[in-house]
Amino acid sequence: MAKRIGIEVSLAVSEAVKLADVDVIAAYPITPQTHIVEHLSELVADGELDAEFIPVESEHSAMSTCCGSAAAGARTFTATSSQGLALMLEICYIAPALRLPIVMAVANRSLSAPISIWNDHSDLMASRDTGWIQTVAENGQEAFDLILHAFRVAEDHRVLLPVIVNMDGFTLTHVIEPIEILSQEEVARYLPPYSARMRLDTAKPVTMGPVGVPEVYTEAKKAQDEALKAARPVILEAWEEFGKHFGRYYKPVETYCTEGAETLLITMGSIGETAMSAVDAMRSQGKKVGLVRLRLWRPFPFTEFLEAVKGVKYLAVVDRALGLNGAGGPLATEIKAALYDEEERPYIWNYVAGLAGRDVTVENFVEMADGVEAAAADNLKSDYTIINVRE
Amino acid sequence: MSSATEQLKKFKTFSPKKLPLEEPLAPGHRACQGCGEVLALRQVMKALGNEVIVVSATGCMEIISSAYPQSAWRVPWLHVAFENAAAVASGVESAYKVMVRKGKIPKKKVTFLAIAGDGGTADIGLQSLSGALERGHDFIYVCLDNEAYMNTGIQRSSSTPYGAMTTTSPPGKKSIGQHTWKKNMAAIAAAHDIPYVATASPAYYVDLMNKVKKASLIEGPAYLHIFSPCPTGWRCAPHDSIQTARLVVQTRIFPLYEVIEGRWKLSRKISKPKPVSKYLKLQQRFRHLTEKDIAFIQARVDKEYEELLARCGLQEGKEVPGKIGT
Ligand SMILES: Cc1ncc(C[n+]2csc(CCOP(=O)(O)OP(=O)(O)O)c2C)c(N)n1
Ligand code: SF4
Repeated sequence: MAKRIGIEVSLAVSEAVKLADVDVIAAYPITPQTHIVEHLSELVADGELDAEFIPVESEHSAMSTCCGSAAAGARTFTATSSQGLALMLEICYIAPALRLPIVMAVANRSLSAPISIWNDHSDLMASRDTGWIQTVAENGQEAFDLILHAFRVAEDHRVLLPVIVNMDGFTLTHVIEPIEILSQEEVARYLPPYSARMRLDTAKPVTMGPVGVPEVYTEAKKAQDEALKAARPVILEAWEEFGKHFGRYYKPVETYCTEGAETLLITMGSIGETAMSAVDAMRSQGKKVGLVRLRLWRPFPFTEFLEAVKGVKYLAVVDRALGLNGAGGPLATEIKAALYDEEERPYIWNYVAGLAGRDVTVENFVEMADGVEAAAADNLKSDYTIINVRE
Repeated sequence: MSSATEQLKKFKTFSPKKLPLEEPLAPGHRACQGCGEVLALRQVMKALGNEVIVVSATGCMEIISSAYPQSAWRVPWLHVAFENAAAVASGVESAYKVMVRKGKIPKKKVTFLAIAGDGGTADIGLQSLSGALERGHDFIYVCLDNEAYMNTGIQRSSSTPYGAMTTTSPPGKKSIGQHTWKKNMAAIAAAHDIPYVATASPAYYVDLMNKVKKASLIEGPAYLHIFSPCPTGWRCAPHDSIQTARLVVQTRIFPLYEVIEGRWKLSRKISKPKPVSKYLKLQQRFRHLTEKDIAFIQARVDKEYEELLARCGLQEGKEVPGKIGT
């Protein structure tokens, strides 16, 4: 039976990994991810989880070890953050291309320099085009649930792709929340044991990761791209099943007070909760403001997103990473691209907020919602603003 | 776990007349003529047989054996990247261990082999190798040392010998070519206190295969450093590869030895060494060296050999027990 307990979100994530009966964990410490693997190493040390815990010498090796483990047919987990994810990145491109269903928790944190251990989405954006399926948790319960969902999706033979579960560092990972921890039996009913479609086995030799000559590389990438898109229905199906089993239903895009809204805030991750309070405040003053939160980031949920923003006039897109490309934040760039073909497009202003742990307050969200309308009224060319900058 | 010495009691030597017929690495690969790496690799694979899972680093041997849709590998084989063969093999080995323990796959003796060039071992891959050796995974790591980055066009590595010409250590008015001495990778591996380390040369193939076999019998990490001539990069005749691989031993430049549980043991004592010039002259990469340079190399080779003898508890002039094959 499920138990609702007060627990630090990082530990809840480890409990989910334990309940998934993972076989191999390879990891390297980095704040604010560390509590996840520390707790896993304790579970292994105490014999509560029968797994190989491999304390590797770097994140690059963590991801490499995970590739070897998944290729051998073992259920595989790792976790990282920021510079660690950046160091892994070379291998992060390879895991999905080899169709290795690794699950990774990323405690989102800013990238150096200057060095900062606090939360933003710089690391999430650095990995956005690696080919991993990516979900983003908004609260502790979601972080726990998304881990189980991730294993189920990754290992589905229709998918066979690695999955990143993003969760904001500190603001989520280090918070103690009441979380419903499922029981082993409940999880076993939801998550079938992993059976690799292809693995390194001397009885049936396969060559994995061969050289791609020009005649095959394009086809290989096309196949990978199609696999990522084809994962979408399975991701939705796995959420649907999750709801049926445990009563918590998840969607790729969540909407809040979007009914009759003229302006929508767009967020990803834990700031959505503050944004909800801001929406409540604005609604109580009669402003037609709503919120759209993205839970699925890769593959990008075009259909659901377009549905969610249909008919609104203004979007205030809140990025927690600055794309150093002169075009603002990556989330807004993505959303602008998604809307390009629509006949009626909302006016978009992009806000870059909350870099490296800077607070994004209710007032800030009000400011952003008002700001996008004001900019449209002034006929300003859609652009971006970094908010809360001390000048 | 019994000691490595204990485990080696099961060891039976290969004999030149009765070598295994198995070729886990098929002949249809794309290596250059006279390639010493592929020859050594074939010997490694013959010694191991078919119950092997291979992890390759990026480099010549990966490129020549795996151009999709063909593959020269008759055993399971995985390539992930350049610097991580040891880490990837750690994952494969750990996965097997836990899956057998949990009853997910049948228990059988499988050898895990990681292979990489000298660049993928002594330079960019040194960290992942060191990590894997330190953690004690049960695998064999083979460095196929052709003394440069051949796959990207003959650039120097830390395993390139003093004085050699490469495309990034060109000799010139102000340079001798490679100006540092070859990194002693086998000693670095041995310093990790692992049960088995050995050096080998494909010219002494029975010795090489015996060492591979021993490495597979011993639990825990084993490191093999295999000298592998590269006619393309060394600018020597393809038909001289074996000769070069033999001369490097006969000149004492690359001595053959084992380190079993910290005990150093010479595989063959070279009592009447050939002059290093004989080896150097076979290869165009050394052609710019003067007599003085060669004398300098000779002196350092002599000194290092003395040091090795001392490590093995031997002195010049004494016989070593145990001979090696041809
Ligand atoms: C991170 C990274 N840097 C550089 C390369 C390019 N690269 C591929 S193989 C190679 C050299 C291989 O040399 P070595 O390990 O000595 O093997 P060889 O080909 O000589 O057998 C290099 C530099 C790469 N693949 N990945
Ligand atoms: S370049 Fe050298 S090592 Fe590479 S395949 Fe050719 S001979 Fe072998």
